[in-house]
Amino acid sequence: MIAWLTEPFSFAFMQRALIASIIVGIVCAIIGCYIVLRSMAFLGDALAHAILPGVAVAYLIGANLLAGALVAGVLVAIGISFVSRAGTIKEDTAIGIFFAAALALGVVLISTMGSYAVDLTHVLFGNVLGVTSADLWITAGLAVVVLGLVLLLYKRLLVVSFDPILGRTLGLNIHWLRTGLFLMLAATIVVALRTVGVALVAAMLVTPPAAAYLLTRRLPVMMLVSAVIGVVSSVFGLYASYYLDISTGGAIVLIATVIFVLAFLFAPRDGIVWRARRRAAAPRG
Amino acid sequence: MTDCLELKDVTVRYGARFALDAVSFGVPQGAQAAVVGPNGAGKSTLFKAMVGLLPMVSGQVLLHGQLRADYKEPVAYVPQREEVDWRFPVTVFDVVAMGRYGRGKWLKRLTSADRRTVRESLDRMDVADLAHRPIGELSGGQQQRVFLARALAQEPHVLLLDEPFTGVDVSTREATLELLSGLRANGVTVLVSTHDLDLAASRFDVVVLLNRRLIHAGPPREVFTEEHLHEAFGGQMVVVDGRMIVVDQCCCGGDAEGGGSAGDGAGRDGR
Repeated sequence: MIAWLTEPFSFAFMQRALIASIIVGIVCAIIGCYIVLRSMAFLGDALAHAILPGVAVAYLIGANLLAGALVAGVLVAIGISFVSRAGTIKEDTAIGIFFAAALALGVVLISTMGSYAVDLTHVLFGNVLGVTSADLWITAGLAVVVLGLVLLLYKRLLVVSFDPILGRTLGLNIHWLRTGLFLMLAATIVVALRTVGVALVAAMLVTPPAAAYLLTRRLPVMMLVSAVIGVVSSVFGLYASYYLDISTGGAIVLIATVIFVLAFLFAPRDGIVWRARRRAAAPRG
Repeated sequence: MTDCLELKDVTVRYGARFALDAVSFGVPQGAQAAVVGPNGAGKSTLFKAMVGLLPMVSGQVLLHGQLRADYKEPVAYVPQREEVDWRFPVTVFDVVAMGRYGRGKWLKRLTSADRRTVRESLDRMDVADLAHRPIGELSGGQQQRVFLARALAQEPHVLLLDEPFTGVDVSTREATLELLSGLRANGVTVLVSTHDLDLAASRFDVVVLLNRRLIHAGPPREVFTEEHLHEAFGGQMVVVDGRMIVVDQCCCGGDAEGGGSAGDGAGRDGR
């Protein structure tokens, strides 16, 4: 059993994969709490796809793909924030336009390359086994920055997420904080790029926090439980992919989904099983 | 004596329509003022402009002679219907504790003095026993009391309450009135918007009668005259046998339910 658990990590690439997966599990799960509570799931998905042109350009000029993704993510995050601030267009419309335009640009750039490079499919679906040391440093650095900002801005983000009007009367700059959250989200997506890929990162942002929401009643606890679910999914996803020879990103997301379904059914307060039992008991009582 | 709260020519526009047209009035330190007027008179707009949630086309809001932006003491504002996500995972205590944020405390932990203030505020609004419940599990009246407790926890010099008596149960109404009496002792300047003209006349030092522009502001006896009320309420006011009757139809969807919802109205002697 011990050997079964340790065997995969006798390889250096598996050790790097494990570290990367754990970082992704934590960072996505914590930023994801804001995404779920502020109903920004669409933004997360859009930002993930919108970084594609950045990756393509980085590939064309031979730069680090994650660096290219980060630049594109930051530009799109700022763009969405400012266009929706103007108030002439609703936020989800602005997101839709940027998302589609950036994705189209990415597809056009990639089509100029003649053949779809293997590296780019890894961007779409992740390739945690191919994490390089440089990738790991970028991932860890971004994770530290994002988690540090969550700590630093905790009260401010809590107030503007729960009650923006109070935020305004207490002198907070709502627009600045929202842009900051977008940027943190962009950085988080880049962090997750190698493990689950662009196509599945939205699941890592939404599924663990959604499960945690069903199990908890306060934001700090929700973040903690969400992070635990994220890490468990990542680690077990990695094992599943090693032993069953399946896609790592897919395995991670499927395990997170199973945890969510269990929470949805059996959460002590909100689980539908207990609700049904309470309903069944009510007429007699 | 300078007024604690002074509005000078405050003008707010929604597109081409004037929501507030050059409204000026003052409220002395520690006084309690009621803002009254028919639906769409701009009462909520006035409050939002005062706390900076709506841009003013022109005019100034002065607090102790200082522009609002320069005034550093806390101004608490409890909106009519909180733009709040009630499913958000926060407890009642968390919500009231938010009143202690700000004032450069965004990075610090709450001190024991802060926690004491939060508990006292919960006690004063009679919601201390709910402190650890999620905010979403409370009734509407309880939720309003939690937001009043949060306003108290801000230890404000100026408190703005938008329609605190609309659509609440009797015990919340009583708790709110008690709160106002307590604030009078503390010297807090209070501005309350209401449809309850009787309450405005009996419990407040200053009445501000509004209908997009200022009709009149001053002591209730001065404001509630036939002339002023007719100007503000028009067809909603009738004079019967020398007595004036104002029917101030409240905002909470009374139309469909017919005359029964006119209970907020008040009848007062003409002179």
